[in-house]
Order: sequence, then structure tokens, then C-alpha cells
Amino acid sequence: MAHEHKLEIFRGTLKFKSNITKIWGVFVILSIVTIVEVILGIAKPEVLTENRFLAMKLLNWIFIVLTIFKAYYITWDFMHMRDETKGMRRSVVWTAVFLICFLVLIVLLEGDYIYEVYKSNHVKFNF
Amino acid sequence: MDTTVEPTAKEEKIWDGGNRPLRASYGKLMMWFFIVSDALTFSGFLAAYGFSRFKFIDSWPIADEVFTHIPFIHGNFPMYYVAFMTFVLIFSSVTMVLAVDAGHQMKKNKVIFYMFLTIIGGLIFVGSQAWEWKTFIKGDYGAIETKGGRILQFLDNEGNRVALRDIATSSSQRDTHTRDNGIWYEGEEATLSTYTVDDIKAGFAANPDLLIRTQYLTEKGEMTVLSREESLNKLNNDAVAIVEGANLKHNEYGSPLFADFFFFITGFHGFHVFSGVLINIIVFFNVIIGTYERRGHYEMVEKVALYWHFVDLVWVFVFTFFYLV
Repeated sequence: MAHEHKLEIFRGTLKFKSNITKIWGVFVILSIVTIVEVILGIAKPEVLTENRFLAMKLLNWIFIVLTIFKAYYITWDFMHMRDETKGMRRSVVWTAVFLICFLVLIVLLEGDYIYEVYKSNHVKFNF
Repeated sequence: MDTTVEPTAKEEKIWDGGNRPLRASYGKLMMWFFIVSDALTFSGFLAAYGFSRFKFIDSWPIADEVFTHIPFIHGNFPMYYVAFMTFVLIFSSVTMVLAVDAGHQMKKNKVIFYMFLTIIGGLIFVGSQAWEWKTFIKGDYGAIETKGGRILQFLDNEGNRVALRDIATSSSQRDTHTRDNGIWYEGEEATLSTYTVDDIKAGFAANPDLLIRTQYLTEKGEMTVLSREESLNKLNNDAVAIVEGANLKHNEYGSPLFADFFFFITGFHGFHVFSGVLINIIVFFNVIIGTYERRGHYEMVEKVALYWHFVDLVWVFVFTFFYLV
């Protein structure tokens, strides 16, 4: 049966010999990323917790970027998104990405607004 | 080029559905539809969690002070067990995708073996999740709740946590009402705490080493520790209840909303894992009795694999937003 897989990851810089070696390769990448996350989560280097980018700690940005990195490889290689047609890929991924960005932006801004209201309110909430 | 099996592919005219621009079968497309909608459901939950967190950004519990336990071992191990659970789930994803690969090559025995490993991985994960819940509900050190529903925790002067049982010298808590010893009995009573607030106040006053920390975070993101005097004031003026463990109304680790979201999101995800295991088991037995061998393809394994990977994908996000960030 002609089940061909695209065997190149990292934009073609890493090419596996077979689908099975690719699966194990992706597993190794995901494991390394998870280990890095756990180490950073426990060590919490001060450089990363004290400096902020867009009101969020650098450490949290790193976690989020690494999570999206992992999500990409799970979807692309475990769920075989890499082998689907372009139309299929885009209709699944962009739909979710746009709606989620929209939701997260609005909801988080609103949460922060309510925090400010609580903080500068005449009613004291710490009792 | 395309890896999809097209079981129903017949020679059809283009306008009778013969055109397949996405080159995916009906079943797999429907699974993708479901996955997109389920992804939006989960992002709704996680966004709601983010909302509450931003709303209480200065008093939210610190996850690695909450989840510090490993089964059978005592001590303080932040996040190790959750990391283990993440590995179990990623590994079961690997065995699942190996099963799909074996299915493409029509190797029945390999499919059986890899699906078996996947099911075991799923069961280990669900079991670990149940254990996490049990530990979280049971609690560890215990805390005091104030009039405003805020949490006060206890420290010694070296900054180590002190449990309620080490503060109170004796317990004056009454017995739980039961039907057989009451004149007036109105039904089941909520579980009583081990100590009363007065026991803790007395024990706290007697030990000059003890301090209180509030759930409010300092600039560095640590919980605020009060001085001995402030601690005594806070405890004597504001304390109203004892909190041991966590439930939907009270949470010894901080904001009750944290516990609510923890139960809801990990519970919803755990239910997905559970149903994934059930579907995996059904497909597993179908592989064994040769259903897909006779059908000529293992597309059902691919579809359940999509669902299984999705569950893994969601966990990656839950892990980040609940435990790391």
C-alpha cells in the first residue's frame, strides 16, 4: 500500500530514514522539551522571573512558546497533519488559532480590568 | 503522497461527490471536526481559568507549592509527578502512532501489541490523576480561613510550613452528630475539622516561633509573610474557620476558584482520557478478532489515534497553564 510520509522535520534539516524512526525522533524532541520545562519550572532562574515582556514574565513566555512547539509536533507528526493536503491543514489549524486568540485576548484583558477595579476600589477586599 | 485510506472511494462523477479536494475519508474528516470543536471547548475552559487568574493575579496559589507529592515517598517534590504523568501520556501517544503505522502495513500482531501498550499508558495516567485528586482533596498542612474567605497559612521562623496538627496542643472539637445519639437530628452533617479555630489561636499564641503568611503575593511572586505581631492580630481578628484540604467551596492552598478550575479542567480532561481508553479497548478487541483485517484497512485505528493524540495535546496545554505558568 502506498502510504507515503514526509520524513523531514525542522524545515528539511533533519530527515529520517523511515516513518518509525521519525516517530521515535519526535518522541525524543518532545521529551527534551518537557525536561527543559520541568527544570526551568523548578529552578526558576531570577533573570527570567524578574524581566518582563508585554507584562508577562520571560519564564512564562518560554513555557508558552515551548508548549506551542510541542503542540506543533504532536499535530504534525503524530496526527499526520504534515501529510494532509494544504486545504485540510489550514481549515483545521487556522480556524482554531484565530478563534482561540480572539477568546484569550478578550477574556484576559477583561480579567485584568476587573483586577484593577478591585484594587483601586473604595471597598477593601482584604479582610 | 496521501496517507489516508479511502474505503468508500468509487468512481463517482465530480458533481455527485466524486471530487475529494481534502483527500481525506469521511470518518477522518468528521474526527477532525470533532477535534476542532473540542479544542475550542478546552480553550474556553483554559481561558476562563486565565480570566480568574488575572482577576486575582496578586493572590493566586503557586502551583509548585500545591502539587508536591509523589506516591509512597515523603518529602517535597514539586512537579515531578506531573512531569511523570506527562511522559506517560506522550509515550502512549508514541505507541498509538506506532500502532497506526503497523496498521498501514497490515501487521495485525504489531497493532495489537502497540494498542495494548497504549491502553496501559492511558490507565496509568487516569490512575495518577485520581491519586492527584485524592492528595489535593485531603490536603497537607491545613489553613485558616478569614472573614473575607482568604487563606492564612502557618510558618515557623525558618520559613518552613507548619501543619495545624503541630500548632494545636489539644482538640476541643465536638463529636459529629449521628442519628443514634441525638435527640434532634436533621440529617448528615458536613465533616467537622480536626481542630477548632480557638485551638489554633491558643496553640499559635503559645508558640512564639510561629508566623502567618497570607495568600497575597509579593513583588517577587512569593506569599507575604507577616511579622509576629501582625500575625497575632490577623489571627485573632479575622480567623473564622479551619480549612483542611480542598473542595469546591474551600481550599487550603488559596483561592477556592483554583480548586474549582482544577477539578473541572483536569476532571474534564481525565474523562476524555477515560473514554479514550474505552474506545481504545473496543478497537483493540476488534483488531484481535480480525474485523479490520477483513475490512482490508485499519482506518478505525487511525481515527481513534487522532482522538488519543488530541487528548495528549490538551494535556500539554493543561500542564503548562496549571502547573508551570
